[in-house]
Amino acid sequence: MDESSEASAVDRTRAPRPTRQWKPAPPRSVVGLASLAVLVAAAAVLSAVWTAGSIREALDSLSADTAWVNVGLYSVAALAMVLFVPAVKGLQTAIEARRLIRIDLAEARATTADAQEKSRLAIGYAVAFAIVLLFGLFLIANEIAVGKTFFDLGLIFETGALVASAFWVNVEIFMIAEVLVLVWGLLIAVARLAPGRAGAPIRLIATAYVDLFRGLPAIIAIYLVGFGLPLTDLPILRDMTPTMFAILALTLTYGAYVSEVYRSGIESVHWSQTAAARSLGFSHSQTLRYVVVPQAVRRIIPPLLNDFISLQKDTALVSVIGTVDAFNQAKIIASNHFNLSSVTTVAVLFVLITIPQARLVDKLIERDQKRMRAGG
Amino acid sequence: MALVEIRDVRKTYGGVVPVLNGITLDVEEHQVVCLIGPSGCGKSTLLRCINGLEGIDGGEIRLHGDRVSGPGVDLDALRRDVGIVFQSFNLFPHMSVVDNITAAPIKVLGLGRKEARERAMELLARIQLDKKADEFPDRLSGGQQQRVAIVRALAMDPIVLLLDEITSALDPELVSEVLNIVRDLRQEGMTMVLATHEMGFAKEVASKVCFLYGGVVHEEGPPAEIFSDPHDERTRSFLQRIIEAGRL
Ligand SMILES: Nc1ncnc2c1ncn2[C@@H]1O[C@H](COP(=O)(O)OP(=O)(O)O)[C@@H](O)[C@H]1O
Ligand SMILES: [Mg+2]
Repeated sequence: MDESSEASAVDRTRAPRPTRQWKPAPPRSVVGLASLAVLVAAAAVLSAVWTAGSIREALDSLSADTAWVNVGLYSVAALAMVLFVPAVKGLQTAIEARRLIRIDLAEARATTADAQEKSRLAIGYAVAFAIVLLFGLFLIANEIAVGKTFFDLGLIFETGALVASAFWVNVEIFMIAEVLVLVWGLLIAVARLAPGRAGAPIRLIATAYVDLFRGLPAIIAIYLVGFGLPLTDLPILRDMTPTMFAILALTLTYGAYVSEVYRSGIESVHWSQTAAARSLGFSHSQTLRYVVVPQAVRRIIPPLLNDFISLQKDTALVSVIGTVDAFNQAKIIASNHFNLSSVTTVAVLFVLITIPQARLVDKLIERDQKRMRAGG
Repeated sequence: MALVEIRDVRKTYGGVVPVLNGITLDVEEHQVVCLIGPSGCGKSTLLRCINGLEGIDGGEIRLHGDRVSGPGVDLDALRRDVGIVFQSFNLFPHMSVVDNITAAPIKVLGLGRKEARERAMELLARIQLDKKADEFPDRLSGGQQQRVAIVRALAMDPIVLLLDEITSALDPELVSEVLNIVRDLRQEGMTMVLATHEMGFAKEVASKVCFLYGGVVHEEGPPAEIFSDPHDERTRSFLQRIIEAGRL
């Protein structure tokens, strides 16, 4: 308030203090970066040609008909030449930009930015290309040792159906476990939020449960449940199949994780929402049910899906209690053939079901962030 | 017997200094009581104590002569009948405008869905927002949201309505549309307690103005008296600052 009254008392007759001059800076030259891009592109082409040569040799040792393979390999190497396009253009532009500095500063800046973009593009693609090459070399090293061990196509096709049908056991386990986890996790979360002094013992037990199962490795939970409970010979437990024990163990473990997801979601709903609901006469549980949980659910879907992805992967652990899931089946095949390609099949199956979910999580997070920026 | 009797109410949050240190105040039926005072003097706290959103540490609050503070009181029942509107609207963002209004009548009062909706549409028509019934709150301006929040409280047919600085979060040009509703409600005889910084409005609508300071009602009286001839030095200097800021 003091400041504003001073501001209105400015002496307008006095000459204003001169403002400091803005000194335009010329753009920094990117000729160095552009030259590096050309070198990197050249290196990529050379190593591509060399790798193509090694792969062809390796295939020759398999004495396969390799005429069309040659064509394929060398066209991939030729593809590397494309890297020169942005690299050389970038270098030309960088030199042009340096010339422009003395003529038109604005133009020079724009041209420099253009050159930088092109050079970075060339380098980025060259690095990615090099990584793919390295992987190719790894596969064929030692007379295709890696390739044969992990990617024996013949064996993969021969045993694929068997592995895939065993994978159904994994799918069954995680589908049922996910539904149970959703309900069980919510129950635990609500128990951890039980209000008042009367709620304290409930909160304590729920917290102890979560601490226990979050700390316990899933594989140990499965082992204890799967081998331990049948030994007790208790009425219902005695008749359960190993698959059911696996579902039980995973539900107990992931229920603990998911209850934390629910809880953080519930706590992320601003307390003023609770105040508004309570002020209208909603009870504690009505407030949770109609106001807090519906708002929390939308926020927890991404972390929930992440936990589900982990759960799906952890279904591979059930092989420790003898359930014949995809991994166990694949291990049996692997030890019969002294080759791990069937395990590769399982790996691919797991990755395939995970990728769409991972993308969905990314999308949802992105959507939430957009909404957050929009201020709603 | 006043409609709301506040007797020597004390309230301390975590700290040592009490926020409310013996507030005594009567709200008669059909009265509009305005709470004024510097920021942090406990206006919001007092309102939240009246409808049981906060517990009190001493004294008592009576509604129609019945004690509604202390152990054993059915707070859900109290809050059903004592409405409050907040500075930041607090509409439920996941419900449409009409659902915001009908949620409590349906779930808490057990009103039929159709009946609740009809009543809500009537109330919305009164504030010219019936066309927005099925929009979500984030599509509404602040002034519109606050009007909906008032209507949401009215849908419970409250005995008394508490308004906590309901225009403080609004752009200046949206203030009057909200204050007009309060004027209408006063006309209808709704009993209201409002915390406000809109001194001009308080002067216009208040039956009684209470200046809160140091956890007590420092001075109270009809608006003409408080605003033009305050007896107390603190009241005077508070109003002086308001005038300097160009708000009165
Ligand atoms: N939930 C709370 N916990 C601790 N202190 C609080 C809480 N709410 C309000 N206060 C404190 O109580 C005092 C009164 O706050 P408030 O009632 O919001 O004042 P007003 O509405 O008059 O500005 C302030 O000093 C504030 O910091
Ligand atoms: Mg306040």
